[in-house]
Amino acid sequence: MSPTRTAATTRRVVDQLRRDPRTVALLLVVPLALLWLLELVFDAQPATFDRIGPALLALFPFVVMFLVTSVTTLRERTSGTLERLLSMPLGRLDLLVGYLVAFGLVAVVQAALASALMLGLLGLDVDGPAWLLVLVAVVDAILGCALGLFVSAFARTEFQAVQFMPAVVLPQFLLCGLLVPRDELGTVLEAISWALPLSYAVDAMQRITVETGVSARTLVDLAVVCVAIALSVGLGAATLRRRTA
Amino acid sequence: MREGAAAVEIDGLRVVRGGRVVLDDLSLRLPAGRVTGLLGPSGCGKSTLLRSVVGVQVVERGTVRVLGLDAGAPALRARVAYATQAASVYDDLGVEENLRYFAAVLGVPRDDVERVLAEVDLADDADRPVAGLSGGQRSRASLAVALLGAPELLVLDEPTVGLDPVLRADLWGLFRRLADEGRTLLVSSHVMDEAMRCQELILMRDGAILAQETPDALLERTNARDVEDAFLALVRDGGAAVR
Repeated sequence: MSPTRTAATTRRVVDQLRRDPRTVALLLVVPLALLWLLELVFDAQPATFDRIGPALLALFPFVVMFLVTSVTTLRERTSGTLERLLSMPLGRLDLLVGYLVAFGLVAVVQAALASALMLGLLGLDVDGPAWLLVLVAVVDAILGCALGLFVSAFARTEFQAVQFMPAVVLPQFLLCGLLVPRDELGTVLEAISWALPLSYAVDAMQRITVETGVSARTLVDLAVVCVAIALSVGLGAATLRRRTA
Repeated sequence: MREGAAAVEIDGLRVVRGGRVVLDDLSLRLPAGRVTGLLGPSGCGKSTLLRSVVGVQVVERGTVRVLGLDAGAPALRARVAYATQAASVYDDLGVEENLRYFAAVLGVPRDDVERVLAEVDLADDADRPVAGLSGGQRSRASLAVALLGAPELLVLDEPTVGLDPVLRADLWGLFRRLADEGRTLLVSSHVMDEAMRCQELILMRDGAILAQETPDALLERTNARDVEDAFLALVRDGGAAVR
């Protein structure tokens, strides 16, 4: 890997985003609007909002970043620039990490805004530290980017890429413990849920809701999500072929 | 026999794409320090041959050696430049932004960007987003990327298609200058009248090479008025006249 080439890639992706203010606005505003809608839905049940709010604070940016990243990298593939880059002295990780850092920056802004909205205007009540809430939201949004980078390798068209969202994201949502606690899912589904990174992010969020301070379990959950990010990027690089048919 | 080393040596190359044999048992030597034109109708396998030379094509059989190394070897990535037929630049970025990024990837100094912008006559459009350019301007922006740095081999897939004749002449002049500096150029075209600007010609049809020689030698041997005629003569002979 080369830091200069990675940084140049990040810079280029940020430049592309700057030229597309509408996408940036959607990236930042959509999760906020959804969280606000959530608060309205549970207006009469503030206890429920406090219980599931943090988990959805992790989920919405995750979904949005997944979609944006998978479509953007697919565009790189279909425009011929990917083939050109791979014929140049650019490491496959330079490219993927460059993307991850660029979208990670967006994720930081997005998660910070969403957390501020939840804790401020919407009056979300958590016992744990606010910074930890923001940190988990950021890491989770970056997980969305990393998974998006990975699955875009398997999509040939934008239609396929968009289909990966329900295929990859919704099962994780169903099994993450938000609808039904994970220990009540049955042996098989619970075992599967342990293999899905979103479960750990939601666990961490739920612990922040009820625990004061920072527990070791929460840090372990965060570490698991970080490993999932590294794994997705590593697999993404491994599936990137310099030679194609 | 030709003097000088071959920049590209291909032996028994076979490529299958989408279940169709595109190239079969193709062999050729590309002289170094010259502009070689790869001519043939569209769909004859020119792009696949170029992709094989660059090392981005999955090859079923045969060897492709470039500058003494296997095509696509990591050490070649900064020494071989490639421009695909479709402009491969970022539509949503400006021309100069595109070039600055590719220059950083290639590890080329930033002032090189201005040089290539001037060479493809896009200096006045440096700040315009690629999406707003005409087709010819886009392909020039894509060509500019291949000119960055000092590649020893330039593989250019139809770089002059759809360009205004004056500009086309300028670009062929540029290709010739690069060759005079010792660079090797492999330039494809389906427009036969561009052939006379090349120092060496490879005529291709249905995945096979019909002829490889200088334009003058080709015309003389086939008794043809122009390269198009020569091409027809070769097809009529069933390639019997090929060396």
